[in-house]
Formats: sequence, C-alpha cells, structure tokens
Amino acid sequence: MTITKSKLVWTAVGLLGALSLGTIALSRGETINAFWLVAAAICSYVLAERTYARFIARDVVRLDAGRPTPAHRFNDGLDYCPTDKTVLFGHHFAAIAGAGPLVGPVLAAQMGYLPGTFWLIVGAIFAGAVQDFVVLWASVRRDGRSLGEMIRVELGPLPGALAMFGVLVIMMILLAVLALVVVKALTHSPWATFTVAMTIPIAVLMGLYGRFARPGRIGEMSLLGFALLMLSLVYGRHVAEAPSLAAYFDYSGEDLSMMLIAYGFFASVLPVWALLAPRDYLSTFLKIGTIIGLAIGIFLVLPDLKMPAVTKFVDGNGPVFSGSLFPFLFITIACGAISGFHALISSGTTPKMIDNEADARVIGYGAMLMEGFVAIMALVAATTLDPGIYFALNSPAALIGTSPESAATAISNWGFTITPDLLRQAAADVGEASILSRTGGAPTLAVGMAEILSNAIGGKALMAFWYHFAILFEALFILTTIDAGTRVSRFMIQDLIGTAIPSFKATRSWSANIIATAIAVSAWGYFLYQGVVDPLGGINTLWPLFGISNQMLACIALMLATIILFKMKRERYAWVTGLPAIWLGICTLTAAWQKLFSHNPAIGFLAHAEKFSQAAQTAQVLAPAKTLADMNRIIFNDHVNATLTALLGALVIAMGCFGIAAILKALADPAISTQEAATVPAE
Amino acid sequence: METNRLPRVSKLLRRIAQTAQLMVGLPDYNAYVTHRRQIHPGEPVMTYEEFFRERQTSRYGNDGAKIGRCC
Repeated sequence: MTITKSKLVWTAVGLLGALSLGTIALSRGETINAFWLVAAAICSYVLAERTYARFIARDVVRLDAGRPTPAHRFNDGLDYCPTDKTVLFGHHFAAIAGAGPLVGPVLAAQMGYLPGTFWLIVGAIFAGAVQDFVVLWASVRRDGRSLGEMIRVELGPLPGALAMFGVLVIMMILLAVLALVVVKALTHSPWATFTVAMTIPIAVLMGLYGRFARPGRIGEMSLLGFALLMLSLVYGRHVAEAPSLAAYFDYSGEDLSMMLIAYGFFASVLPVWALLAPRDYLSTFLKIGTIIGLAIGIFLVLPDLKMPAVTKFVDGNGPVFSGSLFPFLFITIACGAISGFHALISSGTTPKMIDNEADARVIGYGAMLMEGFVAIMALVAATTLDPGIYFALNSPAALIGTSPESAATAISNWGFTITPDLLRQAAADVGEASILSRTGGAPTLAVGMAEILSNAIGGKALMAFWYHFAILFEALFILTTIDAGTRVSRFMIQDLIGTAIPSFKATRSWSANIIATAIAVSAWGYFLYQGVVDPLGGINTLWPLFGISNQMLACIALMLATIILFKMKRERYAWVTGLPAIWLGICTLTAAWQKLFSHNPAIGFLAHAEKFSQAAQTAQVLAPAKTLADMNRIIFNDHVNATLTALLGALVIAMGCFGIAAILKALADPAISTQEAATVPAE
Repeated sequence: METNRLPRVSKLLRRIAQTAQLMVGLPDYNAYVTHRRQIHPGEPVMTYEEFFRERQTSRYGNDGAKIGRCC
C-alpha cells in the first residue's frame, strides 16, 4: 500500500519535472511563466537526491551508519558535538549560502534564461552537490580534517601548500569583487548608503547589549538590531529626499571604495564582539529570512519571464560580461552550480558535528541543491525584468552613455526596445535618481525582488522600500563576509610570513596584527579600486577572475576526491568525481587562456594592454584615462591581471600533474593506500 | 490529541531556535552541560555567559583562521 503510494508520488514528480523541462526547452518566442523554471529545478533536484545521491552514498563512498563520527569520538560539547540532522543542515546551508549564487545567475541572464537554468540544474546535480558531499564524507572519515590538510596527507606537502596559496588568492579576489558589488549599489544613492552606514552603529549597540547588558542573548540582540535596521530603512527615504541630509551620504565609487577599505581594516582589528559578531547575527538571520521570503513571493506571484530563452549575446559580445557561452557561462554562474569554497566549509565545522555518517548525504548533497535553488530564484528575479531595464542596469557607461536617452537608444539598437521615459519611471519607482549602469548584480536582483515582493505585499507604493530592503540585505551580508574574510586572510598571511619570521605568527601581537591586516586590505583594495575606475564597469574584469579561481578550487577538491577513490581501490566509480573535475579543468583553463591571449581587448588582458600602449605611444589618451599617467596605470593593471590569471592556470596544471602521479601510484599499489581514521570510539 | 500537540510544537520551536543559534556558531548549551556532567564529572562547567564568549571567540578566531562562511 505505502509502496505503491510512494511510487505514485515519485512518478508524478518525474512527470512534472519532464513536462517543465520540456516547456522551458521548447518554448521560443512566447513568454513562459516562472513556474516552469521553479518546477523543473525542484523536480530535478528532488529526483537527483533520491537517485544519484543515493547511488553515491551506497556504492561510491559507502556511507556506514554504524561507524562512529568525529562528533562522537572527540565529543567536547563545543567544536565536536553530535548534532541533529535538520539543525546541522541549517547550519551548513547558512554557511554556504552567500552573495555568489545571487550575483552569478543575474549576470548570466544576459544570455537568456535557458543556458543559466540548464547549468544550474545539471551543474548542481553532477558537480556542485557531488563535491560538497564527497568532501564532507572524506573529512568525516579523517577526524574532520580541513581540505588543505587532506591534500597535504594524500598528495604531499608541496601540493598542500600550493592549494592553500590558491585559497589566499581566491580570498583576495572574492573580497574585492564582493566589495565592488556593494560600491556599485551604493554609488550616488543616499538612501542605500545611509541605511548601510547605519548598520555600523546598530551592530556596535547590539554588541554592547550582548556583552554587558544581557550577555549572550542572541535572539534579543538580533530583534533589537532588526527593529533599528527597519527604522533606518524607513528614515533613509527622508534622508534621500532632503538635499541637506542627502549630501552627507552621496558618494562616488572612488570615495566609497576608500571608505570600504578603511572599514575592512578597522572591522577586522577591533574585538569581534563589538562589530563583527553582532553584524554576523543580523546578516545571517536577514539572509535566511529573505531567502524564505523570496521563495514565498515567487510562489505567490508566479511572474512571467520577459527575457528571451536565448539572446544573441551567447556569441560573446554581451555588455554584462565578455566572452562566449563556453567557457564563460560556466565561469560566471559560479557558486549556484559549483563552488570550490564549499569544499572549505564541508571540511570545516560541519564534519565535526555530524551525528551519523548517513546524515552526510542530505547535509552535503542536499544543502547544495538548496543553494542551486536560491540561484534559480535569482535567475527568475533577473529575467522577470523587462530586458531593456535589465540591460540598462547591467551595461557599463562606456556602452550606453549616462543619460536615459543615450541608454534607450543603445539598448533598443541591440533589439530590446525601451524608451527614456520607461527608464526614468523605473528609477523613480525604486526611489533612485538613476538606474543606469548599476552593474554587479545586486541592484538588478533588488529591482527584480522589489517587483516580486511588491506584487505580493504593498503594490507600487512599497516598491522603493522593497528595493532598498533588498540592497540592504545584500550589502549587509557582503560586508560581513568582508569583515570576516579580511580577518581570516590576516591569519593566513601571519601564518605564511610566520614560516620565515616565527614571531609574526603571534596572533595577539598588535604590530603583526596591524601589518598583516594592512597587507590583506591593500591586496583586495587594489583590485577593488581598479574595478571601480574600470570603464567597462569592473565586474567585467573581476567577476571572471573570481569565477576562474573559485572553479579552480572546486577542480582541486574534486581531484582530491578522485584520488581518494583510486587509493581506496574504487576506481570503478572514479568518474563520479573525475568527470566534473575534468570538465572544470577544461572550463577554467580555456577561460584563463582566453583572458590572457584573446585578441578582443574586451576579453584578453594582454590585448587590452596592447591597445592602450599603442595609444600611449602616440600620446593618445583613451577613456577612462584622463592623463598619460592614467594610461600607464591601466597598462600596469592589465599586466597584474594577466600574471594572476597565468598563475591560476599554472596552479591547475600543476595540481593536475600531482593528481595524475598520485593516481598512477595508487593503481600500481595492490593495497588500499589511503589513511582513514579508526572505526572504533577513541575513548 | 490536544495533549499530544503541545510538546510537539514546543519541540519544533526549540529545534528552530537551535538551528538559528548554530547558524551563528553557537551549539546547544544544554548538550554541552550534559556532556561535561556525564563524561567529566566533578570538573568545572562553563556558565552560559562563559560558554557564549568562548564560542564567539572561537568562531571569529583569535588563535587561527576559521573559514565559516562562503561567497
């Protein structure tokens, strides 16, 4: 009875999934409803969890429910503590969900909704979720070791050190690109700048409350903070409308980037209870709440998608990012389909808290599918916008000019009809002076969310409020990442320098602390500033670099998993992690090659440098440079970016060679050659 | 029926609260106390306030890098 019932349910899920996928793939010319996208994703994900994840759990990694996990073997009630499956799922999901899965799909929407949807479904199922799950399993079997330690043990000290250096590079690019997203959203927007600025005193107040007034009462602190945040959001409109007040919060991108760099420095030097921790509470809860809210909004409103299924920009000449569908779609979507950063989380706190090894499947694989779904929602929010509005928001000023008239003409010429009045109206609706060239994904997502949420609650009257709420939500958790990321980088740098000068390792030493923090903020600050003054909007340069580095880390994590399978003599199943690793290797190396050597100056760093040096030789000044010194700085930046890209490419190749050597060695060895932790309790 | 529902609702609420706390790096305090009492009887147990501070410092690190969040 129950068996036939469950069969019936799964058949229905399968049929709905197939119908939705068919609808998405076959509709041309007519608009389709967001329902089909959402249904296709949910059905595919649920079926994959049920079938592919089960296959991996049973045959590939052979989860053993009877094996004691690190949480039981080292239980201390603190780092290691057996935790309920659903509670830990929430913890893991909150740790992996960030700005990446929201920004990537928005940028990828320039190619239409079809390519993005395809990769978010296929990539999450066969690459991203596999990586998160298998790395989590490997770490649970090795006392909860980190990715770096596992690479060191399985591959050797040099590959381990290389991988960790790669992580530091990724951190720097990640922090720069996320800071750039915030700068682009706040530029000349007094309302948004005011509310985001207010989060600093609010966090300090929360910190004081939770330290002295009512120690450790996270719930009370967060409610207090949330109430103050909503007040400042409402008051922000008044600030924007009163010219005398607005002047204090109206900044250019250059000013904002300098402020962010200074902020990142102080936030990571201050004691954590004062700013970092309370901001983290606020942003984590707001993030989860907003994701749930957006899901409810999409289900209630079920908007139509106005973007075509596939646009002509698959050819690589799109205004949002340059480069053709292969490899740049896969680089751009990044975290929603697969993110190397998740390998650090899956080998971080989560493996130390798993109650039962069998839980690893739903936590590792399931949480990533949930993240894929968040990315699908971001894609829905971006593609429900009128394509004209979408391209106005996401095209750099170099292509569409700075007035609604020039933008409307340029965008209409691309085949997406829009009038200057519609652009003005769209800006007025969200309470901004202009929506042109707000690149970086966050404003687009905010307009899309405002449209969906205002349709659900409040109508047009609340649209501006929802827009600034969405901006605040994204800025808040990006800034938290910047605080925490700068702090983590500081420790990494202290550790790295400490190998040469041992005294530098003392994390409580003020001088070492300040020097390492200064190095960290100048490294990401350099890329941030370069992105802010870039005529193509910065995102164009930095996002692909971030995508390449993040996917490269994923490729390394999947290689590690493949090597472990070979060492366990399970090479029969090595394709499960090996094929996605090879695919990512091909994507990142092709992208890196094109970023280096493409003749198109919009893609290739060297071609861009060449274009500027030729102009400089005839004393010609190309925008955005205003002087010949600016020209030289642009050429220098191009060379820095090119070197970095080459470095990342070399890193993938080197790790690939180490990996193949390890696999050959494992094949030659007749015995199992990997070291798992003991199967008996430690005590 | 009615008598059955109340404990279930409070259990659900407690689980939501636990999830929210663990999301920001605070594990279950009661589980910690139970663990200390059972495995290390007679040894000191941190008060909630001490426990909270210890976890906060550990999450954001004074003694090392912990990557607790993603892009």
